[in-house]
Amino acid sequence: MPLDQSFIGRSYPPSPPYQVGREKIREFATAIGAGDPLHHDVEAAKAAGYPDVVAPPTFLAVLTMAALRVIVLDPDLGLDYSRVVHGDQRFAYERPVVAGDELVVIDHIEDIMTRAGNDLMNIRQEVRTTAGEHVATVWHKTVVRGEQA
Amino acid sequence: MTAGHDPRHATDPGRGRVAVRLEQGQVLPEQVFRVTRADLVRYAGASGDFNPIHWSDRFATSVGLPGVIAHGLYTMALAGQAVAVWAGAADTVVDFGVRFTRPVPVPDTDEGTTVSFTAVVKSVEDGLATLDLTAICGGEKVLAQARAKVKQV
Repeated sequence: MPLDQSFIGRSYPPSPPYQVGREKIREFATAIGAGDPLHHDVEAAKAAGYPDVVAPPTFLAVLTMAALRVIVLDPDLGLDYSRVVHGDQRFAYERPVVAGDELVVIDHIEDIMTRAGNDLMNIRQEVRTTAGEHVATVWHKTVVRGEQA
Repeated sequence: MTAGHDPRHATDPGRGRVAVRLEQGQVLPEQVFRVTRADLVRYAGASGDFNPIHWSDRFATSVGLPGVIAHGLYTMALAGQAVAVWAGAADTVVDFGVRFTRPVPVPDTDEGTTVSFTAVVKSVEDGLATLDLTAICGGEKVLAQARAKVKQV
């Protein structure tokens, strides 16, 4: 079943606030082999001008992938999650994410199209602090494999 | 500072800040990462992505995959690690995008698989270097349009 095209242009309310924890950054950095002191050592991060340890560039996926659930689980959209493949991913930063940030994600459906029997959905996610500071823009392309694909 | 063909494991320690001057047209040295099932389990826990295609052969094959595959964002994270080494610091990335073109199958062996990254400096403007990355696993490109913009340290 094709995705409902009327969802193009739809925006969702901000996600519940996500508290970026120092230990979560260390855990994520360890999981990807990011041993740089900026991710682990508070003093090293402060010496580099940050208030606390710095997250690796793809850390935001912890929040933004979770924030997609409001879209993929929307029953009106008609998305079959078992057929979903991750197409594209992009992060554009105003500044690095640091421990102590309290962030919300706002999803926007930019486009829905059909290519070669697959449905493609472009989602833009604005990441802001709860104080309203824009931290990053994230783009995520979801591919829903067609029945024949 | 990184071994060209000697795969490093994802738990290698970091190297801290290194002064690097990237120049247009520069070809950056290959970095090879070993990826095992244990790495995928650790990434699943750290990222919160518990999709069973990343840990269950039974589930992965039932949806038409050759077996367990790496999280696309894990491959992207390794690419980000490679970028940090090339750029000389861990906090220089201002823009980072990829297209996932092929899965990275990870066999249930001690060796797992390897993903290798190379890059070319496409341009340097206003203190920002644009790197075009190539990611290879099993002789195939697994990312396309992989590009990172980094601040010069």
